[in-house]
Amino acid sequence: MKSVPDAKEKPTNILEWLISNLAGLFISVAMPIITFGVLIIVFKWLRATTPNTMTEKVLVSLVAIVWGVGGALILYLISNKVVEQLPPKWVKLLQPFIFVGPAVVILLWYLALPAARTFWISLFNRDGTQFVGLSNYVAVFTERDMLEAFRNNVLWIIFGASLSVIAGLIISVLADRSKFENLAKSLIFLPMAISMVGAGVIWNFIYEVKDVADPQIGLLNAIMVLFGGKPQAWTALNQPWNNLFLIVILIWMQTGYAMVIFSAAIKGIPEELIEASRVDGANELQIFFRIMIPYIMGTIITVSTTVIIFTLKIFDVVWVMTGGQFGTHVIATQFYRQAFTNQNKGFASAIAIVLLIAVVPVMIYNLKQFSGKEAF
Amino acid sequence: MASVTYEHVTKRFGDVVAVNDLNIQVADKEFLVLVGPSGCGKTTALRLLAGLEDITDGKILIEDKVVNDVAPKDRDIAMVFQSYALYPHMSVYDNMAFGLKLRKYNKDEIKRRVEQAANILGIESLLDRKPKQLSGGQRQRVAVGRAIVREPKVFLLDEPLSNLDAKLRVQTRAELTKLHQRLQATFIYVTHDQVEAMTMATRIAVVNQGVLQQIDTPQMLYDKPNNLFVAGFIGSPAMNFFDAHLRKDGNNLFVDTGTFSIKVPDEQAKIYMPHVNKAVIFGIRPEDIHDPKYEAPGIIAELVEGKIEVTELMGNEIFLYLKSGEHNYVARVDPRTSFKMGDDVQVSFNMGNMHIFDKETEQAIR
Repeated sequence: MKSVPDAKEKPTNILEWLISNLAGLFISVAMPIITFGVLIIVFKWLRATTPNTMTEKVLVSLVAIVWGVGGALILYLISNKVVEQLPPKWVKLLQPFIFVGPAVVILLWYLALPAARTFWISLFNRDGTQFVGLSNYVAVFTERDMLEAFRNNVLWIIFGASLSVIAGLIISVLADRSKFENLAKSLIFLPMAISMVGAGVIWNFIYEVKDVADPQIGLLNAIMVLFGGKPQAWTALNQPWNNLFLIVILIWMQTGYAMVIFSAAIKGIPEELIEASRVDGANELQIFFRIMIPYIMGTIITVSTTVIIFTLKIFDVVWVMTGGQFGTHVIATQFYRQAFTNQNKGFASAIAIVLLIAVVPVMIYNLKQFSGKEAF
Repeated sequence: MASVTYEHVTKRFGDVVAVNDLNIQVADKEFLVLVGPSGCGKTTALRLLAGLEDITDGKILIEDKVVNDVAPKDRDIAMVFQSYALYPHMSVYDNMAFGLKLRKYNKDEIKRRVEQAANILGIESLLDRKPKQLSGGQRQRVAVGRAIVREPKVFLLDEPLSNLDAKLRVQTRAELTKLHQRLQATFIYVTHDQVEAMTMATRIAVVNQGVLQQIDTPQMLYDKPNNLFVAGFIGSPAMNFFDAHLRKDGNNLFVDTGTFSIKVPDEQAKIYMPHVNKAVIFGIRPEDIHDPKYEAPGIIAELVEGKIEVTELMGNEIFLYLKSGEHNYVARVDPRTSFKMGDDVQVSFNMGNMHIFDKETEQAIR
């Protein structure tokens, strides 16, 4: 009988450890490079054929897809086969690199490198010609426009994120007991299907304001006038509370997301648990707060962090509604303005890095939740 | 403590009648077991009493008060669920204290009661743990503990033993009986396991398809089943049934199954005489069929010829699977028997314990 190597066996000496890791690194880097190389060659060849008719185009695309996916697959199969020829111990050490190594390397290339580069740029002046140290960051935290953006982002999180989560929770609980559950949930989920820009346009019409003499085509002002009020410029007046009118749009869109996830969690609460608490003497409110909420706490945290991350990054709604005017700028719109309007690459990069750093803790917490529950 | 009364209680789910015109009177301090096959409506009957389902028709009374429209929390009942339904985010202590906290008992009283209950159930050392850190048996105790701290008028138990392994089940069965005696409370217990019913109950209510079949003490239910269903449901292995008719021969009455004919003892013959020539079902329990060599003294034995198809040694007894003509039946005989598989033998039927059911109505003829 052959002895089977212990699965937990570790390389015994430094040299072996070094070789295995170097080989792993080589596989991780070489694999995508070879793949890309082959893909590019075929891409050039395909380009050279210049399809004319529709059939030719479809044919060429099909070949491209089959060759692209199949080529990568074959490459992985072959390298896997090669590694499998090695002694079992080496297979154990190298096989992970074949499977996840290339993905990790590509991910680093697309995510980590740009982030590092952004940080590098943030240390330079507007066109990258002069090293300025951290002065861009000083500006980020002292400029009036930026402070306004931070304040607004805080408003977005306090009102936008929390109200979306609370509304989603309440609606999911109520819908769970309704006969029209599916209809109600579909309607509330519907805004999720609309793009942020589309939502901005819709709400622009709702908040539209016309001269007092003219008929009001904005829904909100039409209602105001109907009840004898005066038309208001909702998104311009009464700063900073005009932000709330923009935040409503986010709530309108995010409540559906929160509701759907909460709904699933609430359906996962065993019916007997609710019944037991009812027999124990709990009324509906006590059941909600003392049984249901603790039971779905993990989901609440997950949804909250997801919505908070989303809210921190909010851009489209503000850009479409006000373009950041009337004190409605947020971090992301400031970033855009600095990068593309102002052409101040250093300052814009500093804003982007600050936003990244603001998101990271929430993200880490969120990931911990995910892995803890193995929910996703 | 209190009595419970079901008066013409009916529960329909759409077109399905789950409980049909149920009439039961449970006396104070009684241990009533509702037993029946899965889906017979016994759990629904319990849930109606708990207030977890609305009654379609009829009345339920706890003591003398109609509780149809009383919320579960105001019925002064406690329920132990099949899945135990412990609150997963609360410690054992908080699980047990939850009902008391909601009822605004003061802290010392809650502590006293929880500790007392934990003491009765032997779970004092588990009070700080969360339910998921407990074994099945421990969870079951906590679920019972949660019920007893409230000191309710009526305890409702919905198959509380079905999630335990066989050994623990037997042990817990005895403990629940002890608990009932100790608490002197009214227990209503739902199970599909007739052994649990037989061992624990003061009285058993057998339910089938939403209809109460018979309610009586375990012994009466066993000895004098009202109908074919109860006869077949109570007892394991189940009672043997033979299609037969009653034949009169001179002064004697015989049960004629087509393959064999057995004389009915004179005492029973008097009762069955009016039903001569009627199609009936003859029933006899496996333990009333003996190896003639080891039959119990004093029984009215009649010999029947059969072939042994299978034998099962249980240790303290042997099950014989016999065949006589068209009829298959089981005998539960003394383990000293020399009967072997494949033997053609004579077994003796203890006709003193025979049962006759009307074939049409399936009711016992007495």
